[in-house]
Amino acid sequence: MELTLRIKRFNPGAERPQAYWKDYPVSIEDNATVLDTLIYIRESLDGSLTLRCSCRSAICGSCAMRINGHAGLACKTKASEAKDKDGVIRVEPAGNMPAVKDLAVNLDLFWRKIEQVEPYLKPQGPVPEAEYVVSNESMLHLSGVTACIMCGACVSDCTVLEVDPNFLGPAALAKAYRFTADPRDGDAKGVSRDRLRTLSEYGGMWDCTRCYECVQACPKGVAPMDRIMALRDQAIKAGFGNNNGARHTEAFTESVGHSGMLDELQLPIKTVGVTNLPALLGFAPVGFRALTHGKLPPLVHKNIENVENVRKLYQKLDASESEK
Amino acid sequence: MKYAFYPGCVSRGGCPELYPAAKLICQRLGIELDEMPSAACCGAGVMQEKNRLLGDVLNARTLAMAEKRGLPLMTICSTCQGVMSQANHRMKSDPAYLAQINSHIAEEGLEYKGTVQPKHLLWVLIEDFGLDKLTPLITKPLGGLRIAPFYGCYIVRPTEALGIQDHPERQRSLETLISTVGATVVDFEGKTRCCGFPILTINEKNSMTMVGKHTSQAKDLGADAMVTPCPLCHLNLDGYQPKAASQAQRRIDLPILHLPQLIGLAMGISPRELGLQRNIVSTKPLMMKLGVGA
Repeated sequence: MELTLRIKRFNPGAERPQAYWKDYPVSIEDNATVLDTLIYIRESLDGSLTLRCSCRSAICGSCAMRINGHAGLACKTKASEAKDKDGVIRVEPAGNMPAVKDLAVNLDLFWRKIEQVEPYLKPQGPVPEAEYVVSNESMLHLSGVTACIMCGACVSDCTVLEVDPNFLGPAALAKAYRFTADPRDGDAKGVSRDRLRTLSEYGGMWDCTRCYECVQACPKGVAPMDRIMALRDQAIKAGFGNNNGARHTEAFTESVGHSGMLDELQLPIKTVGVTNLPALLGFAPVGFRALTHGKLPPLVHKNIENVENVRKLYQKLDASESEK
Repeated sequence: MKYAFYPGCVSRGGCPELYPAAKLICQRLGIELDEMPSAACCGAGVMQEKNRLLGDVLNARTLAMAEKRGLPLMTICSTCQGVMSQANHRMKSDPAYLAQINSHIAEEGLEYKGTVQPKHLLWVLIEDFGLDKLTPLITKPLGGLRIAPFYGCYIVRPTEALGIQDHPERQRSLETLISTVGATVVDFEGKTRCCGFPILTINEKNSMTMVGKHTSQAKDLGADAMVTPCPLCHLNLDGYQPKAASQAQRRIDLPILHLPQLIGLAMGISPRELGLQRNIVSTKPLMMKLGVGA
């Protein structure tokens, strides 16, 4: 199979260190992976090419990089499937982390975030006489998240980290969930209150935009974003609802439960809090522009037809609604 | 051609120009729309944070209504498209889950058999209506205009639920339509990134950075306008562009068009009928360039 690997090269030792693209036309076996191709280039064409790799079997997590603009493992990506109609595959280092040389990035940011969520069990309940016993069922759903191989693909493509390095990011938040959802962590009931409080702060679970980049990038099916959504549910249930993120979720759900449709006028007001005058005044310029352009949502919010059917479903399925 | 029509909340709320524009171009194209007045909000992924089952039940209800009509379902919002596709994917790949969901909507006399595929207008135009039929209807080609596509997230990810493997052409659907209406595509890195809307009221600074970044990037590459299939992206990229520009301390002034506005203009429909006067970033310079009056 003939193809061209277009590799983003970077040499910090160069006279003027600047990233540049270089094309490598190669002839390789049809079943070769992108990693096989990179190794072939390094060993036969250009010994100066730097990349990290080890297991070649999607277990070690060393070879995460961007292939055609999206993060993934080079060893898990078939070259035949990655090449475009011109036979070109674009390969560049993982995003959101600085390149050390060529395809190797500095993973300090990744590890700092993981450390920040204290990735170890912190039981606070009474210490059992023998070992901690947990049921099979309570651990089964964690098998997905413990499959993380720390490759950094999710961090590479996170759209929030791209604009704000303070964000904990998908890998660390998924790791945090691995502990908040472990019945051995936290109080006697397995509620990790301290963690959930901290994770509800700025830079934590509510800063995720739900863009699905991490779900798409993860080579192991960890689905970090789904874990972040589960963290939000845990935090609301544990009583950490006094923030814009939690209020937004509650107000949204409540609005649809009432009228079947989203009330877009009420939502931002309830999100920042009806008594939060400075934040409400902050909406004024945008609200004024919308008003003058005839763009304001209807002042009288209408119900969908047969809304009672939706309300019945809420009564049955939304516990917090029926408790009110 | 007839579709069960699911316009979603924002096309009639925060972006009230979208719903009439979409209906108008469908009418001109001869695409019949059967609206479902009892259909509820899709949950936008927000309700699903708290209660995924409830969200899936509401979407099953909508899909069952379309199924009962014997019609395919059309959306005009990427977020509705993504959220419904994901719910559909979960139900279709797990018969026990589908049965559980059906037990909840049975009281209303509904049952979802799993035969509906929600389809955004963007895909309908290319896959069902066909470019061969659309091209002759382009009476005012937008030659000379440079348009940047903005997909956002929910119409491109996760690829499995959206059927991208079976329809790889969906990844270039906006570019295809931009070319079909005679304009030049301005490709840019941010086209499938997040617009920032979901965190607008949670972390406004980050949200504005995202808006500023994408719109500036397209503008600096020479775009005259940007087009999006998602009204939520539109709310942020258009409605909050002045704020994003002030945060970025630069001028941007990039008009953001809804997909039906772009198609409608090229079909010779007047800007007023397409609701362009409701766009926050002025589309007047764009209309002058096109030589079109309101």
